[in-house]
Amino acid sequence: MIPFWIIAAVLVISALWTVTARKPIYSVVSLLLNFAALATTYLILHAEFLAVMQIIVYSGAILMLFVFVIALLNSGIAPIVLGRDRVPVAPAAAAALATIACVATAIAAVHAPAIVPIATHSPLGAVGRGNVFGSIGDFGQALFLSRLLPFEITALILMVAVVGVVLLAGDLTPYVPTRRRAEQARRALREAILREGK
Amino acid sequence: MATSFAGVPIFDYEALASVLFFIGLAGAIARRNPLVMLMSIELMFNAANLAFIVFARAWLNNAGQIFAFLVITVAAAEAAIALAIVVVVFRSAPQVNVDDVRVLHG
Repeated sequence: MIPFWIIAAVLVISALWTVTARKPIYSVVSLLLNFAALATTYLILHAEFLAVMQIIVYSGAILMLFVFVIALLNSGIAPIVLGRDRVPVAPAAAAALATIACVATAIAAVHAPAIVPIATHSPLGAVGRGNVFGSIGDFGQALFLSRLLPFEITALILMVAVVGVVLLAGDLTPYVPTRRRAEQARRALREAILREGK
Repeated sequence: MATSFAGVPIFDYEALASVLFFIGLAGAIARRNPLVMLMSIELMFNAANLAFIVFARAWLNNAGQIFAFLVITVAAAEAAIALAIVVVVFRSAPQVNVDDVRVLHG
């Protein structure tokens, strides 16, 4: 019980730090802390595979992407963003209303009858053991046997994303290595070496 | 009282997920830096994932875990495309006000 509250405090504080940090790189660092704490929560909730995916995909891939983009954009001297942070009234009011609705729903849920497990794929067991709820075997069987179509749609989404990124940010002019270009590159390299020698 | 696990009632997990979601929402609304806005959106994705996993645990049904897996995939695709858009926008002009980026309105 106490570990949960420690993790919850880490989650909330790191989320607040992410949102309020002045420099985006500080946001990335606090978001990394947030993801690590969230992976711990997943472990408490018997979602072993997702805890590992959280670390690999979020911390390993997505945050590295953020770091690379920050490095790319901040290589200039001027700050990239114009204008001050703001709180627009209508979205803020909508968010406040949604918060109240959420809390009310949660309070109602407390008084709802207790949840009874309906469809157990595997029995609940210690985290880290095979063939228990949330283990890699259990998750893989559910993913590849009963829910194969969503998995295939996932592959399609990723492929569309890759094509979209290449179309958006890629240099689409084909690179044709001609003899003239090769000669130019060789000459430039020779001159650079000579300059280095002086 | 509803189900509890590891000594913590499900309500506390859900409250944590909603708090994280609205911290992310506040960041996405209030911040002007597009990178921080995107990171706030990631926070919201993660809060939704936490809710999915909590309910998967409560019902002992890993459909929620598989949905969280799909959300992670969509978040990865979203981050890649959004960062590509950010790079394209900021490559064309060194200083941009995010409220003025309206070319994607259609």
